[in-house]
Amino acid sequence: MILSQLTPEIMYSASGIALFGIGLLGLIIVPHIFRKILAINVMGVGVFMLLVSSAKRANLDADPVPHAMVLTGIVVAVAGTALALFLVKKIQDSESLEKSQ
Amino acid sequence: MDDITALLPAFILLPLAVSVCCLLVNNIRVCVAISIISAAALLILSASTLLAINTYEAGILRYAFAGWGQPLGIELEVSGFTALMTALTCLLVFVLSVYSSVYFSSSDKALRFWPLWWLLIAGLNALFLSSDIFNIYVAFELIGLAAVALIAIENSRPALIAALRYLLVSLLGSLCYLLAVALLYREYGTLDLAQLANITSDSASSTAALMLITVGLCLKTALFPLHFWLPAAHGGASAPVSAVLSALVVKGSFYLIARFWLDTLAPAASDAGLIILGVFGAGAILWGSVHALFASRLKVMVAYSTVAQIGYLFLLFPLMVGNSQTNAFEGAAMGAITYLIVAHATAKSAMFLAAGNIMRIAGHDNIKQLKGLVRHCPLSIFTFGIAGASLIGLPPSAGFIAKWLLLSNSITTGQWWWVIVILSGGLLAAAYVFKFLNLAFTKDDDTFNKANIVSKISPIMPLCALALALLTVVLGFNAQWLLDVSGTLVYETTGQGFTGQNLAGVAQ
Repeated sequence: MILSQLTPEIMYSASGIALFGIGLLGLIIVPHIFRKILAINVMGVGVFMLLVSSAKRANLDADPVPHAMVLTGIVVAVAGTALALFLVKKIQDSESLEKSQ
Repeated sequence: MDDITALLPAFILLPLAVSVCCLLVNNIRVCVAISIISAAALLILSASTLLAINTYEAGILRYAFAGWGQPLGIELEVSGFTALMTALTCLLVFVLSVYSSVYFSSSDKALRFWPLWWLLIAGLNALFLSSDIFNIYVAFELIGLAAVALIAIENSRPALIAALRYLLVSLLGSLCYLLAVALLYREYGTLDLAQLANITSDSASSTAALMLITVGLCLKTALFPLHFWLPAAHGGASAPVSAVLSALVVKGSFYLIARFWLDTLAPAASDAGLIILGVFGAGAILWGSVHALFASRLKVMVAYSTVAQIGYLFLLFPLMVGNSQTNAFEGAAMGAITYLIVAHATAKSAMFLAAGNIMRIAGHDNIKQLKGLVRHCPLSIFTFGIAGASLIGLPPSAGFIAKWLLLSNSITTGQWWWVIVILSGGLLAAAYVFKFLNLAFTKDDDTFNKANIVSKISPIMPLCALALALLTVVLGFNAQWLLDVSGTLVYETTGQGFTGQNLAGVAQ
């Protein structure tokens, strides 16, 4: 009964929101910094999935606007992740420099 | 009028172009020259936009990129409020660019500074001028990434850790905002702020989107108790960066919270939510002020003072509770908040620059070891005093007018309990400002004497700080002018003219 109402759009939307939730939980409770950065990426993927699934509405042709948004979002996510990884590396370098002195 | 509208993209494209130029030329003198000329050009452009919109009857200018209007294309939009914010941004950017041209001692830092600085400005202008909620997300990310990198150019371990933490908070806030954008697009099929304002209803997804936007942007605005990242980030950055972060960057996200709660998603906003935002604001005032009082470093003290001043901004929301039948993004409380934003931006940037001067002269900013400092940098201490007077709310500064408007609004709306919070916040501000001034003026038993001076500074640095501090006094003396401007300029989408008499009545 419930399964018959489970259209692909709803499934994708629900898993998008679930991914966002998983990522948020990971960001808050996991202490390791790399996992925090990964968690933010998982959250981002969740939002992108929700956006993509909203492209198909009411049997019309697919709406291109969400795709454009997801593309922009991916670029921003890559930039953010790169900056975060670089900062982590700088911090670790300064740590090992302190230890060696 | 068309001329000014056609120039609107320059607010974003010019900073982007300057950023790329600074990156390519790799020469500090050229960077400084390009930057100061461009900052002056932006200042003139923003002033003429402000004047144009003030005399323009419709009160709103829209520019459609490549002639593609909504719903398909991307538009820039200037209302009175955003014109004022852009003018404030361009004014501070000009003064801070002049300051930064002499601030950086190492050429390495300066070369990294200028491209990022202009990226940040492009993001700020894009944030204030966009009429599209997705472009606002992109502007947020541009601001976030540039701000994090600007903090990280300090290259000390604490600054790097503060930058990383700020980056994670900023990305989390942006993703919450983006999820809200996705929900709104699903429900209403448009991304335009003004269009959304006309069609939003009190649906489940509107409420969820409003919650997500509030949490995400409160993280970025550093509203208590989500302020944990701010003191280290603002206190650890170099002086011009701290100034622009405290004066403008947190205001950008506040502006959007206000716009969503009071205009775009107003049907989904509840009175209880407005009051809760006010309670967090009151918490921020008290918590931030007490921490500022006990801070041991000068810049951390100024940063905690920002936490407190953000709290005052959030008192806007409960004061709007009785106002729900009209379009609430206008009205007397909004005038008070506009004034407060301008007053705090000028005073706080002056204070951060003064603290930067002191740090450059003394080599540190440990408050207890700065006894008798006044003899060695009188101008910076003077600046700190004037800016402090504005933060406390002493007349004739702009801070006094802003607090006075807030107080009279609290009383006219019958919410006298906010008066207690505003007044005790003022007392605590007086305590931390005078605590530092008292030490700086202590004469006998100087812990700080000539031998402690690490380096001399260029006279331009204290003069820039002083110019910003004097601006708070000028704004205080010209209160009626600014109220008139913000009165005719307050944002509105419904097409009903704003009654400037409301604000004039409050001021009398």
